[in-house]
Amino acid sequence: MRCVSNAEGMLSADGVLGGNPLFYFIYNAVAHIAPCWLSYLISGLVIMLILINAVLLGAAVVSWGERRLLGRFQNRVGPNRWGPFGAFQPIADLAKLITKEDIVPYGADKLAFTAVPIIMVAAVLLGTAVLPFAKDVALVDLNVGVLFVLAVSSLTSIAIFTAGWASNNRYALFGAGRAVAVLLSYEVPVVLSLLGVVMVAGSMSLGDIVAAQAVPFFLVQPLAFFVFIAGMSAELNRTPFDVAEAESEIIAGYHTEYSGIKFALIQAAEFGGVLVVSGLIATLFLAGWAGPAADWLGWLWFLIKVFIGIFLFVWIRSTYPRLRLDQIMAVCWKFLMPLSIINLVAVVLEVFFLRDANGSLSTADLWIMAGINIVLAGGSILFFGRFIKEKVRTEAPTAAATNQVVPGVSTIGMR
Amino acid sequence: MTIRTEPMTVNVGPQHPSTHGVFRVRITFDGEDIVEVEPVLGYLHRGSEKLAEERNYVQVVTLTDRLDYTSSMINNQAYCLAVEQLLGIEPPPRGKYLRTLAAELQRIASHLIAVGFFVQELGAFGTPLMYTFRSRERILDLFEMLCGARVTVSYMRPGGVFADTPADFWPALEQFLEDFEGELEEIENLLLSNEILMVRTRGVSPLPADVAINCSVSGPVLRASGVNWDWRKMAPYDAYDQVEFDIPVGQNGDNYDRFWVRMQEVRQSLRIVRQCVAQIEPGPVRQELPLVLRAAPGAEAYGRVEASKGELGFFLVSDGGVSPYRCKIRSPSLINLTITEHLLLGWKLADMIVSLGSVDINMGEVDR
Amino acid sequence: MTLPAVSGETLARRLREAAPNSVVEWSEAAVWVEPGSLDSVASVLHDDAEIDFKFLNSISAIDFVEHFELVYHLTSISRRHTGVVRSRVYGREEPTAASVVGVWKGADFQEREIWDLMGVRFIGHPNMKRIMLWEGFDGHPLRKDFL
Repeated sequence: MRCVSNAEGMLSADGVLGGNPLFYFIYNAVAHIAPCWLSYLISGLVIMLILINAVLLGAAVVSWGERRLLGRFQNRVGPNRWGPFGAFQPIADLAKLITKEDIVPYGADKLAFTAVPIIMVAAVLLGTAVLPFAKDVALVDLNVGVLFVLAVSSLTSIAIFTAGWASNNRYALFGAGRAVAVLLSYEVPVVLSLLGVVMVAGSMSLGDIVAAQAVPFFLVQPLAFFVFIAGMSAELNRTPFDVAEAESEIIAGYHTEYSGIKFALIQAAEFGGVLVVSGLIATLFLAGWAGPAADWLGWLWFLIKVFIGIFLFVWIRSTYPRLRLDQIMAVCWKFLMPLSIINLVAVVLEVFFLRDANGSLSTADLWIMAGINIVLAGGSILFFGRFIKEKVRTEAPTAAATNQVVPGVSTIGMR
Repeated sequence: MTIRTEPMTVNVGPQHPSTHGVFRVRITFDGEDIVEVEPVLGYLHRGSEKLAEERNYVQVVTLTDRLDYTSSMINNQAYCLAVEQLLGIEPPPRGKYLRTLAAELQRIASHLIAVGFFVQELGAFGTPLMYTFRSRERILDLFEMLCGARVTVSYMRPGGVFADTPADFWPALEQFLEDFEGELEEIENLLLSNEILMVRTRGVSPLPADVAINCSVSGPVLRASGVNWDWRKMAPYDAYDQVEFDIPVGQNGDNYDRFWVRMQEVRQSLRIVRQCVAQIEPGPVRQELPLVLRAAPGAEAYGRVEASKGELGFFLVSDGGVSPYRCKIRSPSLINLTITEHLLLGWKLADMIVSLGSVDINMGEVDR
Repeated sequence: MTLPAVSGETLARRLREAAPNSVVEWSEAAVWVEPGSLDSVASVLHDDAEIDFKFLNSISAIDFVEHFELVYHLTSISRRHTGVVRSRVYGREEPTAASVVGVWKGADFQEREIWDLMGVRFIGHPNMKRIMLWEGFDGHPLRKDFL
């Protein structure tokens, strides 16, 4: 107890970790037998351990859920052998992958090759640090939360590029080149779409953004929601933007050469990435933990919203074919870019005219914005959708001039 | 400042998820653009032609199953037609109808594989493939009823088919035809007007009709280029002169047209199956023949059918013995590969896979 | 029920006008030509408006021990008829015939296959390499003397 009432004000538990009660509890318990600085360290590590395990377990659940869902979408069963509904399948997979030989290909840069899975998992874990799982439950409620999330999610592109380079494999190089091009391009509309969110919420802290959502932001800024989901699909390398690991073209892209535990970590990072991005979507656009009895049931609402996001990603993945790299670039720069700029301009104008004296927006203001923006979103998506259709379609040559149709045979032509 | 780039040579295959088996193509890329193409074959060469010289005329049927293992029935049919032509025999009408029926079911199954993998190679994660395989599975079950085997069927014999249908085959076929109508509609709705699919395939790797003919291309690939050439119409064999069907013909010969032609041919095959079911009458299924067949010395026959991949021909030469002196197999997949270079040069890596998929090769048939 | 076939006699008559010294003999079903003149025969049959063999179905090679026989099955798509051209190639060490790839691109893989498995070399083929077996394989498996 002596540490909490720390007279010198050093290493106090107050004010860190958002006043997390679990942190207080562990801190106080450990403080009975350990010095202050050690109990501070231990309680921090315990929280991190819990979070890391939660994310990795979450990734396992996502991988199982995705495979079950894909099974349902595709008229088949999906994993159903071990555990109820095959729920222990990820454990079996992990056991298999861990016991496999850990191969570093000939000519690979061993250090860089090994570092890649670690960087990828670390980036995902860092992303979870600022997510508010429930009211006031976040590892840290940074006041630059949005910026932090964007920064750590960009770490992945460095890891992917390293993987492609270090593998000494040409398919990996293709995958890395494609991935970096896609990731760098899609960063731009994603950031622009989030600017609108930050502007309306008036804060970059994820906790404040949730609190500001009297009306969920997917209604207030449907364009930003759309651009964010599309951009995040690209950043997660999921269809229709999965050129970086296009299985049918370049084997597995940047992680072609990875096997064993390294492959398991990359998979964990990918499914964890889906989890984190779904968490971000829930936080930024679906009002996070907000819901009936949010003080007690906030975690439940958050979880449900995260699952909505995951379901959306799986649904998209199981439905659409893949676009070509140049078409993906066209979609980014000629479709998502203008949309995010339109959203930004509209939000700037709306905030400028609707804000009250101290610069905040009332619920009514938000509803007005929602009304205007939904119409705007429909219109601009239709307009630019038609535009992009013309742009990405390869010019079809004129009907083959040398058609040699034999007369007198019943034939059905096209269209 | 200019950035120096250098071309990169990649061996696509023989171990690659989408080269339809063990096809290997050495491609030189400039970035993602293809500048040089060299197909390398022979990883599945089993010497079927040589093996056929050591077996008697009926035993060779089992070898034909293993050529294009996705359309064994049609391979059987082509070989049996060649032997019948060699011996101057003709199967009884019920045998002819059963062969037509089985071949058309097999064509549906084969085209379903082609379409499913084509869309899989476009990057659709399994869903269309599973939809098509669901229907194909039913067809294989029907084959199991017919002859006890699902893939390597060996159902047909020179002079007919080896056994009549079991009693429960016809209700099962009716049930399948009924269900498949809806399943086909589902697949068509999912794929034929899918915006991403159109964007990826329209105008990609076009094949003009004159190039197609000069490269001896046959089957759906030729028809997609606008040539309505189908041996079932041009030289009807078995019961094809008794049934009505149309030949779907594409316009530009691009990837979408090849895909479209296959989808339409499934519909036409369904029509043929229905007509066979309506027209078939009881009777013998196979002409009585001696156990070991012998052809006249010096006799020759070129029997061909419109297989699911194109013109499949068997050129048999007899020296009077119990086995063919020479059994040349004209395989559509091998000859359709002649256009590889034409299709791929100048297109991108992603298009390459799709273009190869749209030709629908089968390595069992390419290498034989 | 087959397409009408152009008789060997018709083909031979046409060939004797356009490509002299190429025809060896003819029968009802086929015409035999000199292996060295296959390319000129091919271009005549391909370009002739009446015969118009634009489509090469298949090239088969048969080992008759004393000679090899090449069989070209041809089809005209616009005229809807078929025809057969044959050629006897003598010699067992390295028999040669003229390549028809210049006329029918579709002969490319088939001629390579015949060289690979039957050992008949085609002069004028741009890429006369083995296709199924590897370079350095000893012998040509489809020959009758190959065990």
